[in-house]
Amino acid sequence: MTTTIDADGVACPAPIAQDERVILGHGSGGQLSNALMREVLAPALAAASDGSPLNDAAVVEIAGVRLAFTTDSFVVSPIRFPGGDIGELAVNGTINDLAMMGAVPVALSLGFIVEEGLPLEELRAITASAAAAAARAGARIVTGDTKVVGRGAADQLFVNTSGIGRIPDGVAPSAERAQPGDVVIVSGPIGLHGVAIMSVREGLEFEVEIASDTQGLGRLVEAIVAVEPDVHVLRDPTRGGLSSALNEIASVSRVGMVLDEPAIPIPGPVRAACEFLGLDPLHVANEGKLVAIVPGGTADAVLAAMRARPEGAEAARIGTVVADHPGMVTMRTIVGSERIVDMLVGEQLPRIC
Amino acid sequence: MKYLDEYRDPVLARKLLAEIHRITTRPWTLMEVCGGQTHTIVKQGIDEALPEGVRMIHGPGCPVCVTPLEQVDKALAIAARPDVIFTSYGDMLRVPGSSTDLLALKARGADVRIVYSPLDAVRIALANPDRQVVFFAVGFETTAPANAKAVAEAARRGIDNFSVLVSHVLVPPAMTALLDSPSNQVQAFLAAGHVCAIMGWTEYEPIAATYRVPIVVTGFEPLDLLEGILMAIRQLEECRHEVENQYVRAVRREGVPLAQQQVLEVFEVGPRKWRGIGEIPASGYQLRERFARFDAERKFDVEAIRTNEHPACIAGAILTGDKTPLDCAAYGTLCSPQRPLGAPMVSSEGTCAAFFAAGRGLERGGSFSNAVPLAPIEAGAESPAEVSR
Amino acid sequence: MCLGIPGRITEIRDDGGLPMGKVDFGGVRKDACLAYIPEAVVGDFVIIHVGFAISLVDEVEALKTLEMLAAMGVIEPELATMGPGMSEPAVVSDDEPAGITS
Repeated sequence: MTTTIDADGVACPAPIAQDERVILGHGSGGQLSNALMREVLAPALAAASDGSPLNDAAVVEIAGVRLAFTTDSFVVSPIRFPGGDIGELAVNGTINDLAMMGAVPVALSLGFIVEEGLPLEELRAITASAAAAAARAGARIVTGDTKVVGRGAADQLFVNTSGIGRIPDGVAPSAERAQPGDVVIVSGPIGLHGVAIMSVREGLEFEVEIASDTQGLGRLVEAIVAVEPDVHVLRDPTRGGLSSALNEIASVSRVGMVLDEPAIPIPGPVRAACEFLGLDPLHVANEGKLVAIVPGGTADAVLAAMRARPEGAEAARIGTVVADHPGMVTMRTIVGSERIVDMLVGEQLPRIC
Repeated sequence: MKYLDEYRDPVLARKLLAEIHRITTRPWTLMEVCGGQTHTIVKQGIDEALPEGVRMIHGPGCPVCVTPLEQVDKALAIAARPDVIFTSYGDMLRVPGSSTDLLALKARGADVRIVYSPLDAVRIALANPDRQVVFFAVGFETTAPANAKAVAEAARRGIDNFSVLVSHVLVPPAMTALLDSPSNQVQAFLAAGHVCAIMGWTEYEPIAATYRVPIVVTGFEPLDLLEGILMAIRQLEECRHEVENQYVRAVRREGVPLAQQQVLEVFEVGPRKWRGIGEIPASGYQLRERFARFDAERKFDVEAIRTNEHPACIAGAILTGDKTPLDCAAYGTLCSPQRPLGAPMVSSEGTCAAFFAAGRGLERGGSFSNAVPLAPIEAGAESPAEVSR
Repeated sequence: MCLGIPGRITEIRDDGGLPMGKVDFGGVRKDACLAYIPEAVVGDFVIIHVGFAISLVDEVEALKTLEMLAAMGVIEPELATMGPGMSEPAVVSDDEPAGITS
């Protein structure tokens, strides 16, 4: 018996009903994540939020003191990867979200959801790793929580960290503050964390001398702010990569950006891994890098200050903010055409073609 | 990376471009039949930098794009079964079937896994003897040797829980189908470099002679494409119609005979449906009868599934080069990479996705043009980020 | 159908009857099946597609291509090319240093 499916009857008027359920792509940091926030979460949160733009952390003012407050959950798999583990990743991630608001990190919470069966030694080691990362950043882990769930309900270990930090006066980086004439600076080579994770992911394993770049950026931000307290934007390009971060900033600030492709530092093995899988290095996640958008006049001083610190040794100027094509980030190609640098849409899929 | 970076040199690129401009005296229409080449052309803006009048039409060179809706529906039916581990190349996961796609099925709990090589699928079958492992064998002639080897290995090792869902297509029959079409405008072809690495270029010699079209076997890096385009235009300007090889570092006239032999041991040529084009005789591979036990269509009884294409999707016209995405009413509105109607928008190599990613035709209002510099958005307009979603 | 990239063979071994090579792609290393390119030896460059070597890179031809391109002259000392999709010309001159000039 022939089963004929009439595509018109089934699919019309809307195409694939992706928005009925959450899919993996909603967590990947690109357009789908934005859509989830915009269409599902933000409207539901409306009663409890103050409507300010979505930054890495929030600013809460108490008795004239500006505190940055942030939370982040970490579900990376595997929980140990070249260059780190989920414990230090979680602490560094929250330290960095605070730092992107110009805040000096003060205190963190550490919450674990542990899958039954995780070896105790593993838990001990990851906790020690988290503690060490906090100490390096000059912050304290002051509170926490631990829950255990049955086998299969969590992928070995999920971690949540929340943090508070103090924002010095005169410092107010924010996604909507990029202005034409500003210079776009990246603190070092991109693509390391994402490639390190992919290299150990089941189905795609490959050998590469790449380690995750996870590290705290609090001291680097202090160095930037010392030279330019009025840094316009700070952003750490995690999921979704450099292009997603820049596109979001361009969109929120209503400005355009023009990037200089050869100036973007991409290590050889990252480039190779991306060629191999058919991925764009600009879409690959980073964990120990930041983008700083500063007034044109202080760019050189900021670069010098960054390069004086180990976390910023390879800082580079990668583009400028312009008034043209607001919301779009472009790059000049080798034949002289200008191409648009797009955001990641959903989950990054390795391709064959 | 050696043998890649050298072919991205901007100075050499501009030299090639200048030479193309110097020798072009008339309008010409060229076609590349390879998704990877389309990707480089669009990403580097090569077609925008060519002389006025030289048009690149993007042909049906993306195996993901040309996989008929029907094969995707069969894949979905098989993957939905609880006893199946469904393995596939990454880019097939977001290709929409009639009502869903493999990625969504995975979200609902189906065991769908991305593999890098078809041999990985065979290993999964060995490691999971109590499950049925199915591999979605998609591709052009480039991938057929790998897919064939997986079947041959499964046969050699007596693995009985492994099967393949075949959706293989061949390039030369597609080219001749295009050339036979009354609306064909293509005057020269860039042939897919890696297809020809396997098959050689002897099959293209009768095509060049019969239809009097230059065919240049071309690589995938910017310099390769520019040189291939230059060689094709040179032939056109000089009224020649030969097969030439630009991709000399990887392609020989006879191809790789060992690979061709393995393919023909496992597969035979047969008719194949091409998405949006319909059935082209002798344009695909199917498993030979003696490998029938590895045919997933028979094993899971999905041969009877027949599917019609979505009416708003003009994938067929896109794939033959008759229309560009800018001619499609659904482009950028109903259809986008987030919500693709058809495969050319799903695969990052597909013409529509490549156009979308490059922002072509996404400026607000006005007429769409195939080669327009970035249009500034008027102040006070909605954020273009909203418009382009 | 295309994503094949060149890599250098660093080791060759037999895996249950299949010749497998460890291939280095500029710092990324992955195994690939060498069944179709049996003449390949350690040190050779091959094009790898979905875990299989599909071609042996002819290094002599590769060099010839690049040399020919580099030697390609432009008749006028400076020739500006500008396609309809560009906002400014791509200026070509023989003494341009490598890298993008804009």
